[in-house]
Amino acid sequence: MRSFLPVLTVLAVIVGLWYLAVGPMNIRVSLDQAERAGQVVTPEGSRVRQETSVWILMAKNPGQIALGYDLERPRLPTPVQVGQELWKTTGEMAMRGRAMSKRSLIYHGWITLQSTLWGFVLGTALGILGAVAIVYSRVMDMSLMPWAIISQTIPIVALAPMIIVLSSQLGIEGRGVPKAIISAYLCYFPVLVGMVKGLRSPAISQLDLLQTYNATGLQAFLKLRLPSSVPYLFTSLKVGIAAALVGTIVGELPTGAISGLGARILIGDQFGTPLSIWAALLAAAILAGILVTVLDVLQRVTLKRMGMSA
Amino acid sequence: MTTEHNTQPVIEAANLDLTFQTNDGPVHALKDVNLTIDKGDFVSFIGPSGCGKTTFLRCIAALETPTGGTLSVNGMTPDEARRKRAYGYVFQAAGLYPWRTIAKNIKLPLEIMGYSKAEQDERVSKVLELVDLAGFGGKFPWQLSGGMQQRASIARALAFDADILLMDEPFGALDEIVRDHLNEQLLHLWDRTNKTIGFVTHSIPEAVYLSTKIVVMSPRPGRITDVIESPLPRERPLDIRDSKEFIEIAHRVRDGLRAGHSYDD
Ligand SMILES: Nc1ncnc2c1ncn2[C@@H]1O[C@H](COP(=O)(O)OP(=O)(O)O)[C@@H](O)[C@H]1O
Ligand SMILES: [Mg+2]
Repeated sequence: MRSFLPVLTVLAVIVGLWYLAVGPMNIRVSLDQAERAGQVVTPEGSRVRQETSVWILMAKNPGQIALGYDLERPRLPTPVQVGQELWKTTGEMAMRGRAMSKRSLIYHGWITLQSTLWGFVLGTALGILGAVAIVYSRVMDMSLMPWAIISQTIPIVALAPMIIVLSSQLGIEGRGVPKAIISAYLCYFPVLVGMVKGLRSPAISQLDLLQTYNATGLQAFLKLRLPSSVPYLFTSLKVGIAAALVGTIVGELPTGAISGLGARILIGDQFGTPLSIWAALLAAAILAGILVTVLDVLQRVTLKRMGMSA
Repeated sequence: MTTEHNTQPVIEAANLDLTFQTNDGPVHALKDVNLTIDKGDFVSFIGPSGCGKTTFLRCIAALETPTGGTLSVNGMTPDEARRKRAYGYVFQAAGLYPWRTIAKNIKLPLEIMGYSKAEQDERVSKVLELVDLAGFGGKFPWQLSGGMQQRASIARALAFDADILLMDEPFGALDEIVRDHLNEQLLHLWDRTNKTIGFVTHSIPEAVYLSTKIVVMSPRPGRITDVIESPLPRERPLDIRDSKEFIEIAHRVRDGLRAGHSYDD
């Protein structure tokens, strides 16, 4: 709870800056609209104004700045406009019993969430298995680790369409599987790195102690390495699930996708409805926040039960 | 049982050598170490840092492999003895698992060695009693003081039937008052269990107070400079430290340590 105030402060600063930015961002659109409505603006003509800086436009037309905060198709909508749009496509639709309609962000969020969770499970499993292999085998340490690092330097936006094309070539129908793969691709890495660190965290003297008991490798793994890695695991899972969500959304961007938050962002762009892009973005941010918070709570509960809470 | 049984050597080192190969060249950690430890002995190893005390203890525990000479534990090689779980080892840091309660920490070796649940519980309560921690089994390590944690780690080493107890500066990080108390308890424990104890320390009074045999070592190369058989009785109240014999032995230990040093200069 102590972290609540700083978080709120940062949020307030962001919203404040956002409001300040709306004026300059929307001044051209506002002036175009005002001109069309017959008002006198300086300079005249949209073309001329393209050449003028927004600061000068704002200084010469102070009366029109306010218009920018209430446009139908703003460059940058205000937080309230985004909030209203989000509510219109979520809560309001849910209340009318249309939560799963194709125009509802709840439906699209659900599609994105499913892929994210599949990718998360797959990525986490791969990450943990890879970490165990790396910690227990020098060969794996030398061969797998560099490739794992290289894999993350390939831009996912370049890789995503290839994975989608490849999976449809292989006869896999729909976007579900390739999206989960893309998401797992981003998710496994933080889990791998965190688990390698966690499994290696026991001190030498701890391993020596087990040696004096003549413990087997499996016993050392189950009784020492695995429990020691739990704090590291949760930290990586929080990073991993956020990465999985990003992966899913990237997987929804390439043309052809019609459902999911990523598709909403792209469609909003194509149809020139900035409000729906922003609403989808905010929905994605809220979803990420919820997922990370759930894992955070899980971490606290687990560590407390294990007697390891700091 | 004959009296001869009492003096059967438990640990025998002959011409033991250990050289570590490091990036800065070889380090001669042990040179020509000869030592016999009998059953029921309480042997202290004392000497300045780097004289090979830890290394020697680790050789006995088969955590380090000597590069020369012979070493036997219970008539076996150290590694065979380790596999037979011949000793309990207490490290300088208590090293309790933070995610296990004290009782569960003590059960760790018992779980690994496959004792039954009932047997585990019985042994845990027995050794908790032995180290004066009865009633603390359900606590987590962070809820205990440093001295109590170290006692719990001793209990962990006592929980299974090893008749050798190896302790590497177990009380090194504790203040003197706690230390005195733990030393007294350790003597009681030794008396009650008749274990053979190898004990590394930096403190002359601690070594003299506890031991039946004091091994004085000196560094570069690590070697034994003196072995002192203590004439003190097994029964030792704390104020024995003011007796004439005690002070004489302490003197001899100090002289031995000094001799080891001047050898260097
Ligand atoms: N694993 C190791 N590798 C290299 N050198 C070591 C290693 N362990 C100990 N040494 C060296 O061996 C010498 C004896 O060390 P140690 O037995 O720890 O001394 P003590 O316990 O008496 O302080 C020291 O010079 C130390 O640096
Ligand atoms: Mg040492």
